Amino acid sequence: MENKNTLISLRNVTVAYDGEVVLNRLNLDIADKEFVTLLGPSGCGKTTTLRIIGGFVEPAEGDVFFDGAKINGLPPHKRHINTVFQRYALFPHLNVYENIEFGLKVSKVAPDERRRRVKEMLSLVGLSGFELRRVDQLSGGQQQRVAIARALVNHPRVLLLDEPLGALDLKLRKEMQIELKRIQQRLAITFLYVTHDQEEALTMSDRVVVMRNGQIQQIGTPIDIYNEPINAFVADFIGESNIVDGIMRADYLIEFAGRRLPCLDAGFAKDESVDVVIRPEDWEICAPENGQFHGTVLSSVFKGVHFELMVKAPGEEEEWMVHTIETHPVGSEIGLILTPDDIHIMKKMSPQEEAELLGALEADSLLTDTEEE
Amino acid sequence: MTKKQNRIVSNLYIFIIMAFLYVPILVMIIYSFNNSKSRGAWSGFTWKWYSDLFQNDAIMTALTTTLIVAVVSSLIATVLGTAAAIGIHAMKKRSRTVIMNFTYLPVMSPEIIMGVSLMLLFVLFQVKFSLLTIIAAHITFNVPYIILSVMPKLRQMDVHLYEAAMDLGCTPLQAFLKVMLPEIMPGIITGCLIAFTFSLDDFNVSYFVSGERAQTLPVLIYSMTRKRVSPEINALSAIIFVVVLAVLIIVNVNDVRREKKQQRGGRHA
Repeated sequence: MENKNTLISLRNVTVAYDGEVVLNRLNLDIADKEFVTLLGPSGCGKTTTLRIIGGFVEPAEGDVFFDGAKINGLPPHKRHINTVFQRYALFPHLNVYENIEFGLKVSKVAPDERRRRVKEMLSLVGLSGFELRRVDQLSGGQQQRVAIARALVNHPRVLLLDEPLGALDLKLRKEMQIELKRIQQRLAITFLYVTHDQEEALTMSDRVVVMRNGQIQQIGTPIDIYNEPINAFVADFIGESNIVDGIMRADYLIEFAGRRLPCLDAGFAKDESVDVVIRPEDWEICAPENGQFHGTVLSSVFKGVHFELMVKAPGEEEEWMVHTIETHPVGSEIGLILTPDDIHIMKKMSPQEEAELLGALEADSLLTDTEEE
Repeated sequence: MTKKQNRIVSNLYIFIIMAFLYVPILVMIIYSFNNSKSRGAWSGFTWKWYSDLFQNDAIMTALTTTLIVAVVSSLIATVLGTAAAIGIHAMKKRSRTVIMNFTYLPVMSPEIIMGVSLMLLFVLFQVKFSLLTIIAAHITFNVPYIILSVMPKLRQMDVHLYEAAMDLGCTPLQAFLKVMLPEIMPGIITGCLIAFTFSLDDFNVSYFVSGERAQTLPVLIYSMTRKRVSPEINALSAIIFVVVLAVLIIVNVNDVRREKKQQRGGRHA
């Protein structure tokens, strides 16, 4: 990513509402033509970050750069950025054509050019023939497409998308994910996408930014984020995980749940306390006597593609979540095996950091409540 | 009761209510054609009162005054009230609640209080009662109605519409004119019509703030009835009633047409 041109930079951006810090000294660089997703639970500051770039929120501290120029205080209508709003915000008094044409008309594009570009957009989002339809006669998915066309017709350098697929059903959401990615690649512009859905983030993005309590936890490609989560929060948020306490006995040797196992991590202090993350799909199931771990199946839930088992050995504390495509009836004994690359070791947060995060989380939930009013 | 009996009873009920509402007006209209000054007896059909009416300078002047007051005050109140509603809507919750309660207060309190207090105010500042004082007074009591009819539209409006307009290149003023105004227009028009009719038939407030220089029709009629009801008043009331009826019919027919059009559009979807 370093070789690409940086289009947007946030430097030490801080935002506070009524004394509550929503964004805390945030630094973020977004490259030209990149698809970046801000991912995090509600109240983590992802939408605020988007609104800062769109020009709807002014940072209390810090700078925003666009294409090398500082754009703090520049009003939204002077930015080469367009937004797809959460609930589309289509203009109800205008029809589909007029909605898409709106931005071009405001910026006084010639009528011929306007007609050509609106037509082009309609065909890009697959809504040719819907020109005269009232927007409240459209389905959710169609409204979504109008919102995208209305933003893209202005040829923005950056498209901001604020949880655009949240209101759609699962099947439509999957179709739109693929379609958005297609549109982004075809038009070759920067997409900055906000979602709390980790699957959506992993499917579409070039890079994912995981946020929590107004701070960035991790930035990386979807594969990096999934395979090498930087801490227990990211691991937990990105997918279902077993997270247990462990101790690094030496480089490449981890002790957890009363066992010492080889791993791929090094560089920790000797006997440092760490978090150990094991993805439920990484377990290999074998006969009880052959496993590094063994236990009784406490529950088995069918999830469509796989079964989700909870496995616990008598006398041991840990319950392991295991995903498998084979049936293992409740009460049966199974063995479990991990290879070194299935064991993800992460630095523990200090008790003080943990307390700070919890405090901020409570403040955040209060804030979200008032916002929703 | 059978279904049929049920329907008969409910129709009868509607009929009685309509009779209560409209029989007095009907009587008045009939008497506006009565060729006799007395109220009791019918002594033949005449257009006399109508022609007298249009030759009665006092009534015609008052009518003009009333119309000017109604048009001017409702338009000014609409502008002020809409601006106020937008401002109040943008406030934080606590101050919004306080201001809204202050807005309800004049609506809920008896009009006579508003009349007397406005009169005292004008006297205090030694403003002579004239067309202007009446207009000022009418604007005052109309503004809350505009606010109350625009506020719900603002609440219904998607908060992101305004931002979306700016996102697409509008200055704040353009965003207001091109997106916000069309959205809240129904509320503004309703408010304006309410204000217009309130202004048209207001007596309580106008009575206290009008003088010899300018009188509205309700005030004039009141002063005339202290002597006796002239049949000219019947004629005038009949005309006003027919005009209002016509306006109502036009508005309703328009609404029905628009709804039908929307339904047709809906079916095509």
